[in-house]
Amino acid sequence: MRVMERQGNAPPDDIPVVLAREGQHGPVIHAANRTARLKGITPGSRVVDMRAICPELQVAYADEAGDHAALDRLVLWARRWCPWTVRDGNDGLILDTTGADHLWGGEAAMLVEMETQLSLLGLTARLAVAPTWGAAWALARFGPVRAMCGMDEIYFKLGALPVAGLRLDAATLLLLRRLGLKTIGAVMDVPRLSLTRRFVKAGVQANPLIRLDQLMGKLAEPVSSVDAKPVIRAQARLAEPIFDPTPHLPDLCADLCDQLKQTGQGCRRLHLTVYRTDGDVSHVDVATSAPTHDPAHLQGLFRDRLERINPGFGFDLITLAAGAVEEMQDRQTRLEGGADDDLHLTQLIDRLSAKFGPRAVTRPILRQSHLPERAEARIAALATIPETGVVLTKERPLRLLDHPEEVRVLYAVPEGPPAQFVWRRQTHRVARYAGPERIAPEWWKDRPGTRLRDYFKVENQAGLRLWLYREGLHEDGRGGDPRWFVHGFFA
Amino acid sequence: MSCVTPLRLHKGLAEQGPHIAPNAHTLSEAFARHPADASTVGFVLSRLPRGTAPVLWVQDRLSRKEAGRPALAAMRADRPVIMVDLSRAMDVLWAMEDGLRCRSLGAVIGEIWGDPPGLDFTATKRLALRAEAGDLPCWLIRRAASPDLSAARERWRIASIPSVPHPHDPQAPGAPRWALDLFRARHTRPGQWVASYDRATDRVDLAAPVRDRAVDARDGTARERTAG
Repeated sequence: MRVMERQGNAPPDDIPVVLAREGQHGPVIHAANRTARLKGITPGSRVVDMRAICPELQVAYADEAGDHAALDRLVLWARRWCPWTVRDGNDGLILDTTGADHLWGGEAAMLVEMETQLSLLGLTARLAVAPTWGAAWALARFGPVRAMCGMDEIYFKLGALPVAGLRLDAATLLLLRRLGLKTIGAVMDVPRLSLTRRFVKAGVQANPLIRLDQLMGKLAEPVSSVDAKPVIRAQARLAEPIFDPTPHLPDLCADLCDQLKQTGQGCRRLHLTVYRTDGDVSHVDVATSAPTHDPAHLQGLFRDRLERINPGFGFDLITLAAGAVEEMQDRQTRLEGGADDDLHLTQLIDRLSAKFGPRAVTRPILRQSHLPERAEARIAALATIPETGVVLTKERPLRLLDHPEEVRVLYAVPEGPPAQFVWRRQTHRVARYAGPERIAPEWWKDRPGTRLRDYFKVENQAGLRLWLYREGLHEDGRGGDPRWFVHGFFA
Repeated sequence: MSCVTPLRLHKGLAEQGPHIAPNAHTLSEAFARHPADASTVGFVLSRLPRGTAPVLWVQDRLSRKEAGRPALAAMRADRPVIMVDLSRAMDVLWAMEDGLRCRSLGAVIGEIWGDPPGLDFTATKRLALRAEAGDLPCWLIRRAASPDLSAARERWRIASIPSVPHPHDPQAPGAPRWALDLFRARHTRPGQWVASYDRATDRVDLAAPVRDRAVDARDGTARERTAG
């Protein structure tokens, strides 16, 4: 079975569209739609070459990790037909339907059912039933539509398929083609001894003999099915519709945390869903900065959030589901049973982030830059700090304004800061100053024409210590007269 | 500021002269005389206990806009800061109260602009009780505010005054000097001081309180008179 690339907003079929991925020498074609394939565009070739063949080609980048995850979800979704399903490479599923096909009315009816359901998901699928993994792989990719094959028909039905159906790597395929072996049947007809001699040291991917044995069923290739993660969820069914979920929240949280504790896990996200009597559904999501299974803490995250639920005519079902479940170990640092102190800090940050939004709670760190506004970066409050190795030598103000405020110069002097200036409608007379400290623009980041700055530490007549700077120089060819700004305050 | 008496007292000699009681880890308020004066922040930072526990720093929008944000480059590097940028004063109080319940913090600092209606005796009393229960220093920095009724155990009024002369450059401002006014205190006697701050050693030296008295002829050198 083959899953084509899933595309969100599908482009029209008559436009050649390809997905690209990064290759060794620039982007290469990852997948192409039908129109593009008809124009001779082959996956694996370079995008620039294919542009030469087809100038109107539209290129988008492939989301390979997203496709991978989607396919993993599809593996679990396909459990509706049989209990053993597994992902096959990057573009296929293998379903072990032994003993399950009669439930769908036979193999042919099952294939039709599968194709219908997959097309309802928006997926194009090529399906085949075969007694072995290898035969199903080859038939689905190179055989007829909805191919079916019994154990005794493998030789006849697969013999005519191209040798690429043997799941071999590109170098071996090239070798076989040079040997003149173009179909699977031709490889089957080669004496076994000579194939063994030729490929005695090759691995599975490069060994046509092993692949042939797997295809014919002489070598076992079992389907080892992955287990779905259990959904951790607590729900409250109510006899009467209610308008406020708050009284049920403690029980739901305790129930959920019991389930988490039994499996030794903690959750990073919580989804509260209320199902209204008129059929509408509302969600409230909260997130934590570290995995937790503390019911009181999780309950506190919903404080002031539940008011945003629109109850309508009331709701009669509340579910609380844990998302982003992670393994978690309780650490006990004190003999009398107290847990780690860090836990309290993560809980505090969770509470603040849940109430005010994650962007409000940050941690400033120093960065390698001479410009004061770029010397500080904001990271998440509990993120690990990258080693920057910033060494500070110059005196810096204790407070920085986000946006420097321009001052009006009353009495300029040729060197040094102005003797008098007006800032925030007050006249300041400069009593003493230190400087200048020249900070040049960062040419690799700033746009051309950015002016340099001369910083002065200035003390006015009352003792207020300001950080003034002059932007630019006279006659520097980057605008008019230099302007003066207040950028910070010294203690 | 007419004149600054140049009598300098060491922090260790505090028994005879003016002194600041050791911080009992409670709620203190610091009023800035000028909104853009960073002396308040400098004094608060110098009073925090040593250690590497993070500081929760909560600012409302107007404080951030008018008085800037704390710049990490001028603070001690070993103490991480967790900034919380909020818009309303009530949110600042909420976040501070939540922070005081967290035992792994080193201090909680809040900045509130003006006199919001929610910042009353009850609100400050809650903060003070929480700070004392958690044994955490909590500072409320207030700008453009009037010292109304409050339950803060210490209330300071702080302003910058002309700095100490620079040792090498007569043109340049030297170590900062602050006029401190402890106008209400529960555990100690109120008083007034002039403090000079040494950035290299992170130490505050207290000078004698500012009084209106005649300049001693012995001390009144020309340089210090111009500095005053």
